[in-house]
Amino acid sequence: MKGIPTLEVEKRLTSPRWLQFLAPFISLILALMAIGVIFQALGVDPLFAYGKIFQGAFGSIYGLSETVVKSIPLMLSGVGLSLAFRARFWNIGAEGQLLVGATCATGLALAYPDWPKFVLIPMMFIVGFLGGALWGLIPALLKARWRVNEVITSLMMVYIASNLVNHLVYGPWKGPEEMGFPYTSKFSASAQLPRLAWTRIHYPTLVLALLLAVVIYLLIARTKWGYEIRVTGENPTAARYAGMSYLKTVVLVMILSGGLAGLAGVGEVAGIHLRLRYPGGISPGYGFTAIIVAWLARLNPLGAVLTSFLLGGLLVGGDAIQISLGLPAATIFTFNGTILLFILGGDLLTRYRIRIKRRTTN
Amino acid sequence: MLQFILSALRAAIPAGTPLLFGTLGEVYTERSGVLNLGVEGLMIMGSVTAFGVAFTTGNVWLAVALAALAGGLLALVHAFVTITLKVNQVVSGLAITMIGLGVSGIMGKQYIGQPLGVRFAPLEIPVLSDLPILGPLLFQFDPLVYISILLAPALWFVLYRTRWGLSLRSVGENPATADTLGVNIVVVRYLAVFFGGLLAGVGGAYLSVVYAPSWIEGMTAGAGWIVIALTIFAMWDPLRALLGAYLFGGVRVLQYRLQPLGISPNLLAMLPFIFTILVLMASAGEAMRRRIGAPAALMQPYSRE
Repeated sequence: MKGIPTLEVEKRLTSPRWLQFLAPFISLILALMAIGVIFQALGVDPLFAYGKIFQGAFGSIYGLSETVVKSIPLMLSGVGLSLAFRARFWNIGAEGQLLVGATCATGLALAYPDWPKFVLIPMMFIVGFLGGALWGLIPALLKARWRVNEVITSLMMVYIASNLVNHLVYGPWKGPEEMGFPYTSKFSASAQLPRLAWTRIHYPTLVLALLLAVVIYLLIARTKWGYEIRVTGENPTAARYAGMSYLKTVVLVMILSGGLAGLAGVGEVAGIHLRLRYPGGISPGYGFTAIIVAWLARLNPLGAVLTSFLLGGLLVGGDAIQISLGLPAATIFTFNGTILLFILGGDLLTRYRIRIKRRTTN
Repeated sequence: MLQFILSALRAAIPAGTPLLFGTLGEVYTERSGVLNLGVEGLMIMGSVTAFGVAFTTGNVWLAVALAALAGGLLALVHAFVTITLKVNQVVSGLAITMIGLGVSGIMGKQYIGQPLGVRFAPLEIPVLSDLPILGPLLFQFDPLVYISILLAPALWFVLYRTRWGLSLRSVGENPATADTLGVNIVVVRYLAVFFGGLLAGVGGAYLSVVYAPSWIEGMTAGAGWIVIALTIFAMWDPLRALLGAYLFGGVRVLQYRLQPLGISPNLLAMLPFIFTILVLMASAGEAMRRRIGAPAALMQPYSRE
């Protein structure tokens, strides 16, 4: 092995604050360059594509308003995920929790269309929260009680939720006047969220999301329970010795994380679609994109507010290039995956330095 | 009734074959101490590559070979990120899945709805294929089925009875000791992840070239995630992977065979996923009782201190 140069990664003793702040943005730029290379290889002009994305997402008032619209579910789910990931609970199932939240709210809206708005809307958010929480609770209990891997169970719950929604909109809940489309009937006026002027921004959900981001931030940073979450995540052994209950921590974390994703689902059906639709029609993978929202924000709920806006823009821009370049809907996954990979690498920059070393052993 | 059972059993084997390839690969990957949650992405890259190559060249073997390579190359990205850069294996695996789904979607757009003109010829084994009942049940499959069946005991043998297998297991169980014994941890892990990617690619190829045979965006539909669960169910043992894969193949077949009974197809589509959760619970119980578990160094990056 004499003299072969190798990449060595070693720990930094101190991590400069500017680097911590800058690293996610550097990662994002590098990721966009890498995606450009992938696009070029697949025969798509990257500069043209990026131009379209930027223009679509931020280039007009309409684009901006749509970016805000898409940032709402990302913010709610992303804030919830940053909480779960802080406890090192790998909740990959926000997409399913979102769908179940949407389903529960729809059930209520269809069953009691005549309730006054100021009762029905809050109740829809409550049952949506509970539905998402229940969906998130299952992997939590399985993990805490039987040590069943939560990555797989939370993801399996997505497929189950998505088939549940399909079953409902193709079967018992299918609206008779929806021309054969897999939709439920349109919600009554009292089950519809108000929107900002001519936009699709359902501002009650946006306010709720911003509020909850602050609440969860304070919860993690300022409460004893938040401290327990952080310790459980960073050093589970120490947490156990300190007498912290893993079951309690994980269950509470997942009630909130699942519940927040559930709220996102309520916002989508009550604010955007005004009905339950097939799963892809409700969410173009918000629950999965929210993983990136949380990670890009370095698991800081306040940061997630900012990053959800960024990724919301990417989704809007993604729609724009799908139309103008004839790309499939899955294109956006290329962005998500590559960005995630580069954020991971960027985290590394802050904690380690990479050196090229010549091995001289033996 | 007998006819129904026999035909269901016969159908379970091709349905389980992509899972078997994927699981055998993931068993080796995880044995080296690297968790690759990107199997879904690796498989679908295999699917789109295989379909594209088979469609343009008409050569199914070349299609499978290049699909394996596609899976292997994408797996190497995971290897670089997790072994060399030592970042979180869970998140990297997710990223690999997303990249696979995205890139395959772009690559495959031109193939949507295209029929595939070429097939693997079923391997007729003299005498055995002509047996009544057993013949059609066991001896009239395409060659990939037999390759996967032979691969399971072969990989079991390599893992438990050879020096290579010993190195692989030691790297996954106790890398520090393996290192002092002169095993190159980095090389072993890279090879294991690459090998896992190759097999996942073949599994994906089986879906698009043999099982479907067509290209549909997102056609793996969770198969890669079931592979991760199967790896746990198999207790990281290639022979048990054989059992698990066909069990899940059977569940998938059941899903379609029960439809005529008037049960909602969407509810039936939940079956494999509910079954996965149940199987994981059962495996967790068994692992606790028998005190066996994941390779001890799974998800632990290695650096000399």
